[in-house]
This record gives sequence, C-alpha cells and structure tokens, in this order.
Amino acid sequence: MGEAIVITSGKGGVGKTTTSANIGTSLALQGKKVCLMDTDIGLRNLDVVMGLENRIIYDLVDVANGRCKLHQALVKDKRFDEKLYLLPAAQSSDKTAVTPSQMKKIVDELKQEFDYIIIDCPAGIEQGFQNAVAGADQAIVVTTPEISAVRDADRIIGLLEKEPMDPPRLVINRIRTNMVKRGDMMDVDEVTNILAIELIGIVADDEEVIKASNIGEPIAMNPNSKASIAYRNIARRILGESVPLQHLDDASKGMLTKLKKFFGARV
Amino acid sequence: MVKLHNVMIKGTKDGLLLHLDDRCSFSELLNELEDKLLPHQQVNDDSHVLNVRIHTGNRFLSKNQEKKIKEIVGHKKNLQIESIDSNVILKKDAERIKRESEIQVITKIVRSGQILNITGDVLLIGDINPGGKVMASGNIFILGSLKGIAHAGCLGNEEAVICASKMSPTQLRIADCFTRAPDREEDKPQEAECAYVNDAQQIIIDKLIVLKKIRPNLNRFVEGGL
Ligand SMILES: Nc1ncnc2c1ncn2[C@@H]1O[C@H](COP(=O)(O)OP(=O)(O)O)[C@@H](O)[C@H]1O
Ligand SMILES: [Mg+2]
Repeated sequence: MGEAIVITSGKGGVGKTTTSANIGTSLALQGKKVCLMDTDIGLRNLDVVMGLENRIIYDLVDVANGRCKLHQALVKDKRFDEKLYLLPAAQSSDKTAVTPSQMKKIVDELKQEFDYIIIDCPAGIEQGFQNAVAGADQAIVVTTPEISAVRDADRIIGLLEKEPMDPPRLVINRIRTNMVKRGDMMDVDEVTNILAIELIGIVADDEEVIKASNIGEPIAMNPNSKASIAYRNIARRILGESVPLQHLDDASKGMLTKLKKFFGARV
Repeated sequence: MVKLHNVMIKGTKDGLLLHLDDRCSFSELLNELEDKLLPHQQVNDDSHVLNVRIHTGNRFLSKNQEKKIKEIVGHKKNLQIESIDSNVILKKDAERIKRESEIQVITKIVRSGQILNITGDVLLIGDINPGGKVMASGNIFILGSLKGIAHAGCLGNEEAVICASKMSPTQLRIADCFTRAPDREEDKPQEAECAYVNDAQQIIIDKLIVLKKIRPNLNRFVEGGL
C-alpha cells in the first residue's frame, strides 16, 4: 500500500509544481514506483515541466467522471523504466469539476499500485486545495523566504493541522545566499521560527531549475546541480534516511550552526 | 391565630437582617413580611434610615419576585435595602462565573487566519503568528511570542492586561483601545513584557514587574486564601 503526499503552499509561484516534479523524479531514481498527480485543474503544468504534454489522452476529470479507466489516463514517463507516471489535470474545466470524495477514491486506487503518489496542489485555500488534500496521508508545505509566502504557508499549515494526517513538513525554496547575507532576505532560521514545523529541505534559487523546466527535464535528472542534490536529499528523507540538511554554499558563519541545530532537533 | 416564623427579623448595629424561610410558599412569605414590617410603617420623620439586608436561604428569587420584595420593604419610609442574598444561583450564571474567573490553558500555535476566542483569562503556551488573533474577555498571558494580534478585555474590561514572553505584536487591543506594533531596537535581547491601559486611555508596554503595582487584583487567587 503506497503513500500519498500532497505538495502545497497557499501562495502561487513558490515552486509547488517544480518540487512535485523533482521529488517524484528523485523517488523514481531511488527505484520507487511513483505517480505524479496534477490537481491544478484549469492551470495544469506538471505535464509541461515533465515534458509529457504531448502524450496526454485522458485526464483527472475524465477519470473522476467515469469517461475512462484510471490506467488509461496514466501517462508513462519512458525515461524511468516503468517507475514514473503522470495523472494529468484537465486544462479546460475548473476546480469544481471534481469533488474531494472522487479525489480520495482515485488516490486510494493509485495507492494499490504505486509506492508514492505525489499530489501537486493548486494555489489558494478553496476547493482546489480541499480536493488535493482529500486523499493525502502526508503534506509538504513549500515556501520561499518572503514574508507573504511564509504568511500563506502558515495559513495552510493551520488548515492542514485540522486534517487527519501526519504533521506537515517544510521545504524552503529559492533561497539566495547573497541576499540573506546582506540581510535582504529572511534566513532559514527566521522562516522556521514562525512556521515551527519540521524542515525537510532547503533548495537554493538556481537558474538551472528554470532551464530544466523549460526543456521538460526536471533538474533532479541532472546530478551535478545544487538544486538537484537538494531535491534528491528531500526524497531520501521522505524514504526515512537521515540526511543532514544541505549546507548552502558560503552561507554566513551562523548558518552552519543553525542548520546543525535544526538537524539536531529533528533526531 | 397561627404563629408564623417564615420571616425572622434581627436587629444589628448595621441595620436589619431579614431571614426569609425557603420552604413556605412565596405568597405566604409576602403576607408575613408585610405584617412584620408594619411597625416600621408609621414613623416620625426624624428617625434615621435603617439598612436592610435580606437573605432568602435556599430559595431562588426570580426577577419578578425580587421586585415584589423590594416594593414591600421600600414602602416603609425608613427602610432601605442594602442587599438581597441567596445561597443559590442559576446553573447558567454559575457556569459563566466559573468561566470568567478561570484561566484556560491552551497549547497551540495560533497561525495566520486563526482566531482564538476565550471567555475569561487565557494562558497560551505557544506563539501567535502574524495574521493570527487571540481575543479574551479577561487577561491574555502568552508563554511564547506574540507576533499577531491580541485583544484582552474584549467585552470592555479596561483593567485587562496582555503579557508575553516576547512582545512583537502586529497590533494590541485592550477593551476599546488599540496600538500598533511597538518600535523596537533590532538585535536587542527581549525580555517578557506586559501591556495595560493607563489613565489617559493609552496602551503602555512595560516590564512585567509593574503589574504588581498597577493591577494588584491579578493576585486574587493567592489573596483569596487558596
Ligand atoms: N529553486 C528554484 N530556483 C529557480 N527557479 C525556481 C526554483 N523553484 C521554482 N522556480 C521557478 O519558479 C516558477 C514557479 O514555480 P512553480 O513550480 O510553477 O510554482 P507553483 O507550482 O507553486 O505555482 C517557475 O518558473 C520555476 O521554474
Ligand atoms: Mg503549480
């Protein structure tokens, strides 16, 4: 029986889709059977980031409404040898085209066959969010180190804490070390002080991420980039390995000790 | 004629103490009260006014019944009701009084968009994050950081205070007064602080130690003999 993990944030554009694609890819690289599920109905783009857009025949809404069988809608990612599949969102409907109970049914069915179902959540706290969390066993909250993103993440964590699932874990995305050093960006410590949930990953702001998305090859497939290592480490932590949080290159002196502190607090 | 003992009158140095029986019917009680107070009907104007304290034992008086007793006693020129007491109150009132005098302990982070609304005092073990809000009709004590909004005495009690281990609020409110975030010197280690309303209706943030002087009633539990 697999596990369903929803990737959510509240605010748009902070990296939910990028994180979903890269965690899914990394788990598949670790030999797990993974299904990526795009629940951003009307604004789908997980398929584009994965480079699978041109192979879509059916979508999530078709499955929910019985227009096709679940396995007919799954798009296989040929690069990963039967390990990675995508269940795409519909592009022409809206968030109300599926209900939370239909979502839960689909996720439960996927859990029979896959080790991990990674659910890419739309922005907002309305029905799209309710749909995305309906079948999830765990949640990962993504934020950037900006006040507004952290505020929305806090709101989302409050909502997730009411759901019958494990406490959510945190990914801080798009950290820019030089900005943090100049005091122009919140550091990891400030973010975790407010959100007070377990930190499962820190990802640097990295141009390579954008380039990789544009060619439909998630950065996690490129073993040499910093962001790739960060995403792969998140996957290893999801699998239960205790990987120290990545020391972001030339961060201030305080940073290393802070990271050690977080790591210490988690064990 | 039957001798009646439903109304007992005792003279004390502070005035009269009326003990009203709690088992007879209310109409019997009224009749007897009328009779027994007759001597106080005709008085010379220069006799001084007597304070009357009434105790109804285990009888609960409705508003209407209370009014009738007040009428009878009030008619006697030189009597003035000081208090009407009973051993019993409505369960509803008892529960309210209990809630208002208790401290509710809550362990939680009040996150953005969440509102915690408390009758009485609250001890929050956890933070109030920016965008989160705690309201209490009484005092608010926070063992954690106050980064959002706290509203103490939200039903109008200006005596209410807000205390926090770390006071960095977006806004503070006490009764109808409010204040924006205090200006802070960066990097200065912060100690626990309290906020209260001064005589000029301004919210003041100060060291905890001042509370003892400006709100001595906060000590009610100890001084109540517990
Ligand atoms: N770590 C990163 N470094 C650089 N760019 C990033 C990073 N993470 C995300 N992005 C870019 O930010 C934009 C928004 O990301 P996306 O995953 O679509 O956010 P969301 O799904 O939350 O709306 C995209 O252009 C993406 O390529
Ligand atoms: Mg997205």
